[in-house]
Amino acid sequence: MSDALLLSAEGLTVSFPGRARLFAKRDVVRAVDGVDLKIKRGQTLGLVGESGCGKSTTGYALLRLNKASGRVMFDGVDLMTLPADGLRQMRRRIQIIFQDAAASLDPRMTIGDLISEALDLHKLHTGERRAPRVRELLELVGMPQRFAERYPHELSGGQAQRIAICRALAVEPELIICDEAVSALDVSIQAQILNLLQDLQQRLGLSFLFISHDLSVVRHVSHDVAVMYLGKVVEQAPANLLFENPQHPYTRALLSAVPVPDPDLEKSRERVVLTGDLPNPADPPSGCRFRTRCPVAQAKCAETLPVLHEVEPQHSAACLFV
Amino acid sequence: MATQDASSPAATPATYESGTRMALRQLLRNRAAAIGLFGVLLIVLLAIFAPWIIPYDPTAIALSSKLQPPSFAHWLGTDHFGRDVLARMAYGARVSLTVGLSTVAFAALFGVPIGLLAGYVGGQLDNVLMRLMDAFLTFPPLLLGVAIVGLLGADLTTVTLALGIVQIPVLARVVRSSTLVVREETYITATRALGAGAWRLVSQHILRNILSPLVVQITIVFSAAIVAEASLSFLGLGVQPPTPSWGRDLSEARRFMVDAPWLFMAPTGFIIVSVMAINFMGDSLRDALDPRSWVRRAAPTKETADAPADR
Repeated sequence: MSDALLLSAEGLTVSFPGRARLFAKRDVVRAVDGVDLKIKRGQTLGLVGESGCGKSTTGYALLRLNKASGRVMFDGVDLMTLPADGLRQMRRRIQIIFQDAAASLDPRMTIGDLISEALDLHKLHTGERRAPRVRELLELVGMPQRFAERYPHELSGGQAQRIAICRALAVEPELIICDEAVSALDVSIQAQILNLLQDLQQRLGLSFLFISHDLSVVRHVSHDVAVMYLGKVVEQAPANLLFENPQHPYTRALLSAVPVPDPDLEKSRERVVLTGDLPNPADPPSGCRFRTRCPVAQAKCAETLPVLHEVEPQHSAACLFV
Repeated sequence: MATQDASSPAATPATYESGTRMALRQLLRNRAAAIGLFGVLLIVLLAIFAPWIIPYDPTAIALSSKLQPPSFAHWLGTDHFGRDVLARMAYGARVSLTVGLSTVAFAALFGVPIGLLAGYVGGQLDNVLMRLMDAFLTFPPLLLGVAIVGLLGADLTTVTLALGIVQIPVLARVVRSSTLVVREETYITATRALGAGAWRLVSQHILRNILSPLVVQITIVFSAAIVAEASLSFLGLGVQPPTPSWGRDLSEARRFMVDAPWLFMAPTGFIIVSVMAINFMGDSLRDALDPRSWVRRAAPTKETADAPADR
């Protein structure tokens, strides 16, 4: 049970139309380029990478909130080929929460109406069962029920995120995509929300896709971790393997940027500093996409595109030198 | 209040006000709004209760008492046929308000759905619809009014139709541009992810959130329609005599500008006051309808204290 696959994406690709050219074909930006992901039932997959690497786009694609291609099998059903009607039903089982929780709540509706709407959409707990259910849901995320009459702008950041989680839970999903869900919060509030998410995972058997640029947070919550760079997954492993034995130079650079809370260790910490910015995704480097910033890059990196291969059991990386 | 009835004993203590009450209070806090609301109310009541308030028939000719200045018997004087000016203003308000309201209704009936459709669906449909609206806009409004009235004859329905057609693109544009903004909001994505279809997103969320600019534009259309009706009537193309109309009366008052200045001051005053009152009201309605502007009277300090998260 614990290792049963809930969702698996294969060759997930999302392209956006880029700049139009006068005499040439229109540019195509591949924000996500052939990504494979596996999320196990009741577990958390952390998805890390710097801004603009396509991690949020990947999350949206799994919900079909943008135009994606590839295969996404969710509990035996391919989400990508579902007709509109089936998709609406399926959306009940996969939910999403956002970085800006307050912006994800309609400012003109009360909290109670917002939660009620989620129930309405799938005709859950209608009539007399509605009010007690809304109370129950608020309680589940640790909010007093009087908040039902408030408006989103009356909430603080942490409260808004609790309500957003509450609204997602209302439809009884199996998977929740957390898109930088705690990145905008203070550290102490972050911890509260993370604890809430972990608590809910245990109680309700939820799976999470946890998208974040914050490695320490990802390490804390994830069972498995995938590292993305410029639209591709460069390394994927169970959390402990990845953090203790990073293989890909990019992962190493990322990890070396995390400060250690011990002054002695911190002093001796070896840092790999990346120079330059993320290359233009409309015109990615040939061969390995990371080679322009890679400390170990050589000539052959420009010719060969490294594929994800296993370096130890369950641990794979996409680099020619590992 | 989908969750609970505030009056039920099991509910939260009655420290919570309903949205309507907070909106109303917000509206009255604003002085311009209060004045606007008062002005609009005054004219509406005058129009509705004219027969009971004013003891004169606006069309009854009494040549023996013609061109009398304002007095206790005739508050705003009498015109060259001896008709009571206040009575004519009150009954004229009926025409103005009817034309204003039906113009807005007509323009909104077409303009709002067109704007929503163009803004939400986008792409080619947006292009086609908005170019059509642009074509409408190329007509000079008053000229189009004159043409339609000339074609179909002058009565209330044609005047409304003429004015309404001109205002459709105005509303459609405002609705479209606001829709384009709201469509990209995170809460729309979040609600779509919950399983909401296009109809629900548009009717429940987008429409609700474009309300502010829409309300403002509607009041502008309303007052523009009142002015346009007065203009058409002034030119003799609006409501036909003996039906009282502000524009018509103003036109006739020109001949007595020196001898009986109250004759042109009355309709002018009514037009100015109604237009200003409506615009004042529109501006503050926009603010009052936004929950973010609401201030709760009973500041729930204790409640926030035992709320879980931060603050």
